[in-house]
Amino acid sequence: MTTTSVPSSESWLEVAPLQARDALLGLLPESLHWIASSVLAIAVLVGAFGLMFAYLTLAERKLLGRIQNRPGPNRTGWAGLLQPFADAVKALTKEDIVPRDADKVLHALAPVSLVALSLIGLAVIPFGRHLVAIELDAAVLYFFAAGAATELSIFMAGWASRNKYSLLAAMRALAQLISYEVPLLLSVVPVVLVAGTLSTTAIVAAQGGWAAGFWPHWHVLTPWGFSAFCLFMIAALAESNRSPFDLPEAESELIAGHLTEYSGFKYALFFMAEYFGMAALSAMAVTLFLGGWQAPLGWLEVLPSYVWFAAKLLALLAGFIWIRATFPRLRIDQLTRLAWKFLVPMALLNLANAAFWSLTAGWSGPLQAVRWAVSLAAVVVPFLLLSRSLFSGLGPRVYRYAPS
Amino acid sequence: MIGKGLLQGLAVTARNLVGSYHDPDRYTTIEYPEVKPALPEAYRNFPFLVAEKAEDPLGTLRCVACQICEKECPPQCIYIVMDRDEKGKARMKPKVFDIDTSVCMSCQICVEVCPFDAIKMDQVFEIATDERFNALLLHRDQLAKTNTYFHQIHPTEAAEVDARLAAEKKAAEEKAKAAAAAKAASAKPAPAAPANPTPPPAPAP
Repeated sequence: MTTTSVPSSESWLEVAPLQARDALLGLLPESLHWIASSVLAIAVLVGAFGLMFAYLTLAERKLLGRIQNRPGPNRTGWAGLLQPFADAVKALTKEDIVPRDADKVLHALAPVSLVALSLIGLAVIPFGRHLVAIELDAAVLYFFAAGAATELSIFMAGWASRNKYSLLAAMRALAQLISYEVPLLLSVVPVVLVAGTLSTTAIVAAQGGWAAGFWPHWHVLTPWGFSAFCLFMIAALAESNRSPFDLPEAESELIAGHLTEYSGFKYALFFMAEYFGMAALSAMAVTLFLGGWQAPLGWLEVLPSYVWFAAKLLALLAGFIWIRATFPRLRIDQLTRLAWKFLVPMALLNLANAAFWSLTAGWSGPLQAVRWAVSLAAVVVPFLLLSRSLFSGLGPRVYRYAPS
Repeated sequence: MIGKGLLQGLAVTARNLVGSYHDPDRYTTIEYPEVKPALPEAYRNFPFLVAEKAEDPLGTLRCVACQICEKECPPQCIYIVMDRDEKGKARMKPKVFDIDTSVCMSCQICVEVCPFDAIKMDQVFEIATDERFNALLLHRDQLAKTNTYFHQIHPTEAAEVDARLAAEKKAAEEKAKAAAAAKAASAKPAPAAPANPTPPPAPAP
């Protein structure tokens, strides 16, 4: 959705979105093109991610069901495919309850601002070779600034509800989100360091090509990149309030946390924002580590770039669901300890590792093997040492009365 | 090593995800309204009355309206009126036999006390109605079901009941025969009575 001209040497599928945009813009006078182009980009993003949100909820319920050996929703429409729309109608027709003592303005503003802030990060994601809503030089910075603002919305919701559970949950959410903001950003810095740019399009372009014809130059396929990717995904899980880091809405302790006093469509907005945030962080992970829209192999480039992006994005989202289905929730002390004692040191060491990697970019031949070995050791050794020292003595719990 | 347990957990859930598509031991869901569950033979909920013939269920009820079940029923959900002819003589069958299934607690005491094997437990569990009172009050024409049906739902119990009833009937017939023979023998003046002893009574089941 940038205003670059359409290259003629590419397959028609690759340029089809651009041609569709140009055809639509052609219907309007020249003076309106700048705003129409932006509105179109917003409409496409909201439409595509809105639909993805709808079907992600269904996919999540289906996958969770199958993992728990039951079918999941399969009644509404063919195999349950209309379930998201039934849910939407239900959410829209429910009563909207606002507590008498709540701060009415903030209470209504919180879900709206949360959805808006979760969505604006998507503007800088390159979804395909030519598909990026706005090309910013500091796109990575913009993305994380927008993402960090969602913390404000969650606290807004907790504060405005005037409910003890909501407030406690909001404070907990702040502690969690600020804790995990640090490893999230620290795991991104190596990518910026190695790519030498904050622009998402340039970072994706830097990951093009293949070493030895088959090994993509994706950052995740380097030792420091793999480590940073894992750290990023753990922090992203926590940032998007997903299980096993969904403490702010731990129902056994806090009813529904900051969602306690929300009902009907406002509740649905929170739900939507969670999925938008998850999708945005996954899209950022794809962009930074998984080569963005780049195909894994040269001959696979017959598929248009946006298909590759969507495939990687959906794979990451499925991973989120898989993790949710598997792990139990952490305690608040375990959560913050994991962030400050494990993720942050690992991310800092990884930064040095990436610095080494970018300094040794010129090495070749046998030196290349040395470079890989050193970088790998710089990931594995601290990981083993840190995990041994942090988690020693915690190991298998002995049950005195229950049969083992 | 840290993370090994996490990977094991992920493997367990992945096995469930894949297994639920091909392994019936994992995927145990029965999609109920379309697929009826196979009920265990001992399953029971509400009583019904056993009739001998399908073409005339009300005429061939085993029930003799003795009202034992009515008296024994803990929640008192059974109501029986004996059928009588014009002279007030009992016809040994119920004119009214009602069971209020909104009251019945499926305890099976009526079945246990019935000396005639006339009331047994049914397996029909879809009894929801849109009417609170009369639809849940079952009359004898709704309660009467054939012995064949009883064989279908509780084959073991039905076979045992049939065998016992047949043995009782046979014993009764032989007893009647012996009694007739004894009567005939005593009517005769011949003294050969000890030479033809009555057969021992059939052992009580």
